Amino acid sequence: MVSETIIELSDVWKIYELGKITVEAVRGISLKVKKGGFLAVMGPSGSGKSTCMNMVGCLDIPSRGEIHLLGQDIAHMTESELAQIRGKTIGFIFQQFNLIGTLTALENVMLPMAFQNIPLAVRKERAKELLTLVGLGDRVNHHPNELSGGQQQRVAIARSLGNNPQVILADEPTGNVDSATGKIILDYLKKLNQEGKTIVMVTHDLAIANQAKRVVHIYDGKIKEETKNE
Amino acid sequence: MLKDNISYVIKHLKRRKLRSWLTLLGIFIGMAAVVSLISLSEGLEAAIGDQFSSIGADRIMVGSAGAIAGPFSAGLAAAKLTQDDVDVIRKVKGVEFSTGMLSKTTQVIFKKEAAQGFIIGMETDVETTKNIEKVGLWDLGSGRNPKPGAPYEVAIGSTVAENSFDKEVQLRNKIEIMDKEFTVVGIGKGTGTMSDSGIRIPRDTAYDLFEITDEEVSAIVVKTFAGFSAIDVAEDIKHDLRRSRNQKEGEEDFTVETADEVIGSFLQILGVVQALIVGVAAISLVVGGVGISNTMYTAVVERTREIGIMKAIGAKKNTILTIFLFESGFLGITGGAIGAALGFLISKVVEIAAGAALGQDLIRAYVTWQLVAGVLVFSFIFGILAGYFPARKAATMQPVEALRH
Ligand SMILES: Nc1ncnc2c1ncn2[C@@H]1O[C@H](COP(=O)(O)OP(=O)(O)O)[C@@H](O)[C@H]1O
Ligand SMILES: [Mg+2]
Repeated sequence: MVSETIIELSDVWKIYELGKITVEAVRGISLKVKKGGFLAVMGPSGSGKSTCMNMVGCLDIPSRGEIHLLGQDIAHMTESELAQIRGKTIGFIFQQFNLIGTLTALENVMLPMAFQNIPLAVRKERAKELLTLVGLGDRVNHHPNELSGGQQQRVAIARSLGNNPQVILADEPTGNVDSATGKIILDYLKKLNQEGKTIVMVTHDLAIANQAKRVVHIYDGKIKEETKNE
Repeated sequence: MLKDNISYVIKHLKRRKLRSWLTLLGIFIGMAAVVSLISLSEGLEAAIGDQFSSIGADRIMVGSAGAIAGPFSAGLAAAKLTQDDVDVIRKVKGVEFSTGMLSKTTQVIFKKEAAQGFIIGMETDVETTKNIEKVGLWDLGSGRNPKPGAPYEVAIGSTVAENSFDKEVQLRNKIEIMDKEFTVVGIGKGTGTMSDSGIRIPRDTAYDLFEITDEEVSAIVVKTFAGFSAIDVAEDIKHDLRRSRNQKEGEEDFTVETADEVIGSFLQILGVVQALIVGVAAISLVVGGVGISNTMYTAVVERTREIGIMKAIGAKKNTILTIFLFESGFLGITGGAIGAALGFLISKVVEIAAGAALGQDLIRAYVTWQLVAGVLVFSFIFGILAGYFPARKAATMQPVEALRH
């Protein structure tokens, strides 16, 4: 299998100007992720991991440097093309789950599909399948506040899969759940990786990181070391 | 996508607090004012129409200068009008009918009781009787008018019959005027006008009683043909009378008046009332618009994170814009619907109150589906406009910043 690069960062910087002070959150990161890869990103709090993830996920733009997704430079994309990538190519999983409280689990999972204009009946069916896949087939009509942290994160995973994205970006997906639940979530991610999805996951937990195929460590906005687990 | 927007929006609307519904107060007061105004305006127009015909839009009164022009002015002025003037007027283009009346105040005796009476000498031919009624000067309730060739028959106004004497005057009773006995053959309807206090006798009899030999008249009533403007005809009458009486413009010793002035002031009052309501509506709508705008800003701020999430999972700028515009549009339409209902209620109450006060269906509240549709569409669009800036703010949020919220 030819392993093509799906994510490529070349000397990416993110600098925040806060009045007189400037914060260099990301300082020249270069990185390639192959299609089908499973990358874990580790590093202390404030080292720039989330900033990186957000830029890769097209939620933010680099101050300097280039990011290529599927060979395309995201700097050259329009707002609506970026929205399209966020909706179709990438599935984002957040530490804080980020479900919409007014919507049920099912509606939350259906939402990204609605943004891609998938017919109601189709997305309803698919959302049910996805929730069943993450073991929440009996919780479709629950609202987020009626679900545990682990269950909410599984809803978030189901939601990220709605439009069958090639890339899953998970920013500390196990950060807000206990370790047993964290393991379940990791298992889902591993399974998705086995099915061919490219996964980038930020974590603090070395045990979890070591389940990935590759680990990079970020300190102070720079990559310090890299380990391969295979 | 439309359906999804709607269900998403409705979920949020359901969650809204009383506070945000209260901001709709302005909208529904505004729409209630507009709706009641519009639904009543047709009724008001009908009322104006009625007023026109009761005042007599086609009626022109000619009197001598100095006297109050009217059928009941008692000839105070020096300058006299006579049957000659009536004959001049009859030749003016647009004049369908004209007659001169003589009015005098004198003592009237009924069952030995004396009272001041307001005598109107009118011709008794069928034509005159018919036209006097048409222009709203004389309206019989019971009996008939004095017949031609019956010099001592009289018709009296309702006030005269009921209030002038201790005993109520009945049909076929006798009353005495200037030592002559008259038989009451008709009693007025009670129209709320001055004719209620009039005593109508044949004009020739009046000339005899008051010893008038020059065919003097106190006032001349003119009825114009349909299709002629009373104002234009009045101008022509003035012109012709000036010529026949040998007077210069501006120095006439007679007056020519149309009902227009009365109607004019009536319309003016109505216009002021309408302007007031429109003003209230406009102010309420501005307040309502600010309310919606404010509520939507709050909603956008409260849901910043949600907006960030939606953007992170693929919502486009326009999608977010649409969602929020729908929401403010729905707020608007809700306010409009409540306002419309309130407005119809108000106009119904006005209709009933007016009916009770005036004893007839003078004002009617008209409710048309066009009005309902118009109000709903307007308030929806109004809501959308009021929510535009907040919605744009939501749509242009940067995803990361929104998510940090
Ligand atoms: N919007 C921002 N404005 C200013 N500073 C920011 C902003 N976002 C992140 N930072 C700073 O950038 C650094 C990296 O943050 P982040 O990427 O969230 O770290 P991590 O996810 O590794 O904990 C931190 O010092 C943080 O304070
Ligand atoms: Mg972070």
